[in-house]
Amino acid sequence: MVTFTLNGEQRTFDGDPDTPLLWVIRDFEKLTGTKYGCGVAQCGACTVHLDGMPRRSCITPIAMIDGSDVVTIEGISGKEAEAVQAAWKGLDVPQCGYCQSGQIMSAVALLQILPKPTDDEIDGAMAGNLCRCATYHRIRAAIHNAAKSMEG
Amino acid sequence: MKIKLLFSGIAANCLVVAAGAMLTPASEAQTSNSLRSAESFQSISDERARSVALFEEAGKVIQHPRCVNCHPATERPLQGMAMHLHQPPVFRGEGGMGLVGMQCNTCHSEQNTPVIGQADTLKSIPGNPAWHLAPIEMAWEGKTLGQICVQLKDPKRNGDKTMEEIVEHMAHDDLVGWGWQPGDGREPVPGTQEEFGKLIQAWVNTGAACPSS
Ligand code: FES
Ligand code: FES
Repeated sequence: MVTFTLNGEQRTFDGDPDTPLLWVIRDFEKLTGTKYGCGVAQCGACTVHLDGMPRRSCITPIAMIDGSDVVTIEGISGKEAEAVQAAWKGLDVPQCGYCQSGQIMSAVALLQILPKPTDDEIDGAMAGNLCRCATYHRIRAAIHNAAKSMEG
Repeated sequence: MKIKLLFSGIAANCLVVAAGAMLTPASEAQTSNSLRSAESFQSISDERARSVALFEEAGKVIQHPRCVNCHPATERPLQGMAMHLHQPPVFRGEGGMGLVGMQCNTCHSEQNTPVIGQADTLKSIPGNPAWHLAPIEMAWEGKTLGQICVQLKDPKRNGDKTMEEIVEHMAHDDLVGWGWQPGDGREPVPGTQEEFGKLIQAWVNTGAACPSS
């Protein structure tokens, strides 16, 4: 039996310990904001925060997160999340939207560590989040806007 | 008729294989995935030559992609037996742990992790508690075994280690040991870590001579 916190609530899972966290989030918890893109840590669509750090949930066995704190796109909060949400809306960042919850989870995690990231720092942190609609230029601009909005 | 031909073909193949096995001297009849024991080098009487031969045997491990992939000469780790650039694109970062927001542990765990419900081409994600890149001064990518040997003895490029510390690192370090336990779907480095450690110890004991190239 695995016990963990999901978006602030205590949850348990007693299925196969190898079950990927992504499947637990989507299929058992019915939180479908976190997306399945590749299943092999190549695209970033499944990014969640595990104990405050970005983590690919598709390759995270549920047994690994016993006692951990998981936050998904549905539960994200705080000033970085608010700034990112406003900046994303302001620039109309998403195209089809499929990759965007992963993009946002990575962007919020970045801003929590580096409140004013450079272009290079943004590119480094976001390099594992693919967008087949190529919204990369808007993502980068929106992260800068979010950083600016948090100043002062 | 066809069937008969097929059978005689198989028989002929068997003969070739059998002859091949018979002609191979016992000393060379090892698979690419084994290591010769350190003792077996006693037959080389010249100590320097013995030392070089021991290091060349250890080189089967050192120059294996499992090791070189995380001793890159650039900011990018390599992946796979083909040693292609790591995908997704990740970079060295502080302490060889990746860049902020895209550290090794965004994907890698403390142990090799099975990949579930995917094509068989990727069976596991490799992992270890100390998963990180070797520092740039310890880069092995693109170097000859002789160059790596000289580098290993240079305190400026070996993490300021004595030769005894090098032996200890090679023989017992857990991340080095990952090379022999690389997870499902990945070819391990040859032999065992114990055999490898003994080769390195014997190499040091014989003067740690380096191959000329
Ligand atoms: S679904 Fe997890 S990285 Fe693509
Ligand atoms: S918005 Fe379509 S995949 Fe990124």
